[in-house]
Amino acid sequence: MKLIELRSIFKTYHMGDIAVPVLKGVSLTVERGELLALMGTSGSGKSTLMNILGCLDRPSSGEYWLEGQEVSKLSADRRASLRNHKLGFVFQNFNLLPRTSALENVAMPLAYGTEHLPERDIRRRAEEMLHRFGLGDRLDHEPSQLSGGQQQRVAIARALINCPSVLLADEPTGNLDSHTSEEVLRMFQRLNEEDRITIILVTHDPNVARHARRLIHIHDGAIVDGTSLALADSACAGGETGGTR
Amino acid sequence: MKAYRTVRTAMKALRRNPMRAMLTTLGIVIGVGAVIAMMEIGSGSSAALQKSIASMGANVLMVRAGTASSGGVTFGAGSAATITPEDCEAILRECPAVRNAAPVVRARTQVVYGNRNWVPTFIHGTTPAFLDVQDWTMAEGESFTARDVLNGNKVCILGQTLVRELFQGESPIGREIRVKNVSFRVVGVLSSKGANMMGMDQDDVLLAPWTTIKYRVTGSTLDNTNQSTSSSPTGSSVNTLSNLYPGGQPSLYPERSEVQAANHPMPVRFANIDQILTAARSTEEIPAAIGQMTALLRERHHIRPGESDDFNIRDMTAMTKALASTTTLMTNLLLCVAMISLVVGGVGIMNIMLVSVTERTREIGLRMAVGARARDILRQFLVEAVVLCLVGGALGILLGHGGSYFVWLLLRWPVETSPVAIAAAVVVSASVGIAFGFYPAWKASRLDPIEALRYE
Repeated sequence: MKLIELRSIFKTYHMGDIAVPVLKGVSLTVERGELLALMGTSGSGKSTLMNILGCLDRPSSGEYWLEGQEVSKLSADRRASLRNHKLGFVFQNFNLLPRTSALENVAMPLAYGTEHLPERDIRRRAEEMLHRFGLGDRLDHEPSQLSGGQQQRVAIARALINCPSVLLADEPTGNLDSHTSEEVLRMFQRLNEEDRITIILVTHDPNVARHARRLIHIHDGAIVDGTSLALADSACAGGETGGTR
Repeated sequence: MKAYRTVRTAMKALRRNPMRAMLTTLGIVIGVGAVIAMMEIGSGSSAALQKSIASMGANVLMVRAGTASSGGVTFGAGSAATITPEDCEAILRECPAVRNAAPVVRARTQVVYGNRNWVPTFIHGTTPAFLDVQDWTMAEGESFTARDVLNGNKVCILGQTLVRELFQGESPIGREIRVKNVSFRVVGVLSSKGANMMGMDQDDVLLAPWTTIKYRVTGSTLDNTNQSTSSSPTGSSVNTLSNLYPGGQPSLYPERSEVQAANHPMPVRFANIDQILTAARSTEEIPAAIGQMTALLRERHHIRPGESDDFNIRDMTAMTKALASTTTLMTNLLLCVAMISLVVGGVGIMNIMLVSVTERTREIGLRMAVGARARDILRQFLVEAVVLCLVGGALGILLGHGGSYFVWLLLRWPVETSPVAIAAAVVVSASVGIAFGFYPAWKASRLDPIEALRYE
């Protein structure tokens, strides 16, 4: 079953009177259980695509089907609830709440869910999540007391607490040294293999992209074949495109 | 459940920067504190005023004789000898709005007991109804009776000050005192009333039947104000014309002979009194009482329509009300100033909330990314502002209460805890939180999550 299906997505920003096209007809299909890397240089439109995939932004035109639901025309509130239930975000700069314990950081998305869990269950779920990522002894630590790798693991735990369909990671290793990067990427691989979680990595770093099972290159707002940038034009014209496996 | 968690989230967010939260809320603390202190001091002084009004007797109307004049010389208020005890009885009988009425004959002279003497501020000749009109009770013994008034018995009741000055701890009941060489038996002691609104000691008083004061002590109502001549009766006056009785007044004119009296018969003078104290049935009936008494007295005094009254009626309550309204005005004025400081505090809250929204843009973006809707963000920041204001309000109530207690401690100003003020403070500080917290919260909720996440 197709988890995500993008059909000729266009996104144009308007700077005053000038229209700046950023995405020029992106079509993409992601199956359940994939580990996908979106690669591209800065300015290629990969962040915009990521925002659209994460339901933070709406495409100017095109269709976005998420789990059989067309979501590109939904209202802001509906998209917020979608982000809460079906999407998990991991950011480059972790984006943890300062001076807030790891436990509360992880539990935070539950506050915006529609299901009203009792306080005890929320705590138990957050604790379980942190144990799973090897942070069981750091429940009450604040972000400033954690290393970069630990912070990113807290962020991943937070992203997964609502059991989302897709985990979107935007340059997840950008602020980490190579050793911890490797650790975090291994963790993504393990989550993908063992827990069958669909993961989309957005990066400009080939070393990161290497860990993915499928690679998609974005160049100038369109998807090109990962292996040969020279075929960009034909790939773009081809519409629906798969990456290399 | 949801609301509880929102409040908890707000508390957590505030606790992340406790110093700033405290300084922010200081404006509200001071504002609410000022309002509470003003309300407490204001209601305290108006309560004190009410008490002093009540001590003068509720709804008291005073009927005084008008001004006598002769050949262009006027003799001042109350100098016309037109009011009679019969007027008093008629008022009581025929004016339905009047609850009670008592005639008053005033005197000012020396009172002697043993080797001590004193000149009380008030010597009132009256009837037992006086106590009812003035709302006065006996502390010891009992009042003189209507029979005493009828017979002109030489009995009296004393106020606390007079008792203290003359008896020094002794019980005055049954003792004889001399008022201008007339011996009076003390039958009772009045309870204490304290100073009236003009600052006069109401306990410095001697009450006796009006007949006794009128016929045995003063003899005339016009001379009673001249203290120096009447208090030294045995001094110079003993050598003058009328030295038959030591207390007698020297007469200004030669006495009329029997022939003169027969040739020029003068009408028998009725007994006049100085004033009539009446009490209206209620505050609402005061105008009715004034109207009824005016009509009755005009008729009794044979005053034609168009002629002016030979008496005047003074509404004591109106005077006290005027005083009370001044106090209320003052309190309200100060309350307005306190309210302004509350608004300033609210602006402070808005300022800091705006700073907080800017500072926490990334947090807002993150919360939106994980599923917070615009209204969740709006609610969070609104609740933060309201929590700040309510905490400030609570501290302000304590501060204001402490402040007014301090004022009471140092200056002995009357203060009164007012639950209304406390309820109002809570409501007002919550509204300030909502009013001034709304704009920053709305701004936060309108942020674009993508922009907010990228914000550095």
